[in-house]
Amino acid sequence: MRKSRSRKTAAALALVALSALAQVACSRGGGGEAASATIQVKGSDTMVNIAQAWAEEYKRVVPAVNVEVSGGGSGVGIAALERGAVDIANASRNMHPEEREQAKRNTGKEPVEFVVGYDALAVYVNRDNPITEISLEALAQIFGEGGTVTRWSQLGVALPGVSDDTIVRVSRQSSSGTYEFFREHVLGRRDFKLGSRDMNGSKEVVELVGTTKTAIGYSGMGYATSEVKMLKLAPKAGNPAVAPTVENTLSRAYPLARSLQMYTLGEPQGAVKKYIEWILSDDGEKILQENGYVPVPASLRKR
Amino acid sequence: MRRREGALSATAGPIGTTAADRPQRSPWSTAVERAVETAIRASGVSAIFFVLAIFFFVFREAAPVLWDSDFHILQFLFSTEWYPTSDINVRYGTLALTVGTLSVTAVAIALAVPFGLGAAIFVSEFCGRRLKEVLKIVIEFLAAIPSVVWGFVGLTVMSRVIVALTGAPVGVNLLNGGVILALMSVPIIVSIGEDALKAVPDSYREAADALGATRWQTVYRVLLPAARNGLLAAVLLGVGRAVGETMAVLMATGHAVQIPEGLLNSVRTLTANVAAELGEAPAGSPHYRVLFLTGVLLFWITFAVNLAADLVIRGIRRR
Repeated sequence: MRKSRSRKTAAALALVALSALAQVACSRGGGGEAASATIQVKGSDTMVNIAQAWAEEYKRVVPAVNVEVSGGGSGVGIAALERGAVDIANASRNMHPEEREQAKRNTGKEPVEFVVGYDALAVYVNRDNPITEISLEALAQIFGEGGTVTRWSQLGVALPGVSDDTIVRVSRQSSSGTYEFFREHVLGRRDFKLGSRDMNGSKEVVELVGTTKTAIGYSGMGYATSEVKMLKLAPKAGNPAVAPTVENTLSRAYPLARSLQMYTLGEPQGAVKKYIEWILSDDGEKILQENGYVPVPASLRKR
Repeated sequence: MRRREGALSATAGPIGTTAADRPQRSPWSTAVERAVETAIRASGVSAIFFVLAIFFFVFREAAPVLWDSDFHILQFLFSTEWYPTSDINVRYGTLALTVGTLSVTAVAIALAVPFGLGAAIFVSEFCGRRLKEVLKIVIEFLAAIPSVVWGFVGLTVMSRVIVALTGAPVGVNLLNGGVILALMSVPIIVSIGEDALKAVPDSYREAADALGATRWQTVYRVLLPAARNGLLAAVLLGVGRAVGETMAVLMATGHAVQIPEGLLNSVRTLTANVAAELGEAPAGSPHYRVLFLTGVLLFWITFAVNLAADLVIRGIRRR
């Protein structure tokens, strides 16, 4: 039983560990019913705001447990989970089979998935842009490699007070789950056109679109501000366009809806288990809703 | 060995005394001197060791990809298509990134060198003593500002200024990155350039005054030629900071993979690309190794810049 021994060793370490060693030792911090524990959470930038909000609220509910949250992108979080460096990986996409294999090979444990909420990937344009809806094909023509749409006039959109209507494409860096989701569901797994501004976070995308009249970008719907506008999306040109709302996300009528996941190595134990149970409780899901995401309906919460 | 003999003869007694007359040194002080000397020599030689070690480890991480079937060295160097995580067709072309690095550096040099040397000449030759003290303190403070703060300035302040002045659609672009890098390298050029000018003996200035040269003639005909090596070193250190800078350009250039057609296009640099992508590349994957190979490429670019500068200095010396 090498597995259980290594867990015991780690739990013992966690008790002894100084804060400097926290990252290594407490990566399995949930192992025992220790008086105080640290839970390391890393991953999706889409989820970093909500993960932070959960961590802060949980500190009030269970003061003995520290939850440390960092972003970097779903890929970064999953890579850290594969090494056993974090307790929970946040991901706005599903774990690939190779990544599951890698995690099992490195740590001997099978990653376990928890769906903690839903998000609609919104397509943002500047508030002053008159366009209100767009089809997925047109998006692929704008963002995809070989796509021919480079100006707003090609879509029949006249931007007021703009001399050069070249479309400024705002995208995400390639470690982002949002990037992969968009590539898979809008571009049909083909590649992006080069030359887009690749931002490091969900918020940066919305900010740049908000300050650039000719821009178009994609980001989680929780990041909307008064400077930008979310477009309705038509799955096919000519079909009715669907707005990114809570109902349309849950009914899957909106074409770019996705689930938000948390991954642990093996069935979570102790503090980590309690934390995830709390997130999936009404209290946790209420915080998710307040941050602009769609909570998991109570009937679906048990895995 | 030669150096040790030199050190001993320097501590020997006055000429003409015999060995027996010399004051005898305790074995302890000889041993300490040897130990200190060895330590100093080791610190000097360690520079070579560290350079070789860094190159070795970076190249070792990169090397296996050279034999990967997806990787073609010509594509790596001369293609602009950077698709490291593509689902259907992985391509590792870094030309756009190399051009990005070179163009941002070129803009930075074009702005920083005249400005920096001008400031160095002013501080060293033209300004009053009190102003000089104030300027030197402020310039040293400028040099100490962390790069992420400069990046922040580029992202928030400079991008708005550029949009307002040029009407560009996006403020994070080649010009922004160049201006931020110039602002970062000017303090270095000024403080080292000022030292180089200060090192020119006052007798040169006095001789120029005696010949009836104006102040400007003194600077142009006497001081600049006399201080050229130091000034070139100042420029090179400034350029080195510009080529290797990561955080500020990551934030200020817009991070778009394309060959810029003008100052207002966004670009991505080699350094920013490594910083943005290394975290997600699975260790040992071709993507990870190609990023290390990008590091090797950067290494060669800086090596070429330093070598070229060295040859230029030699050429100037010979003339």
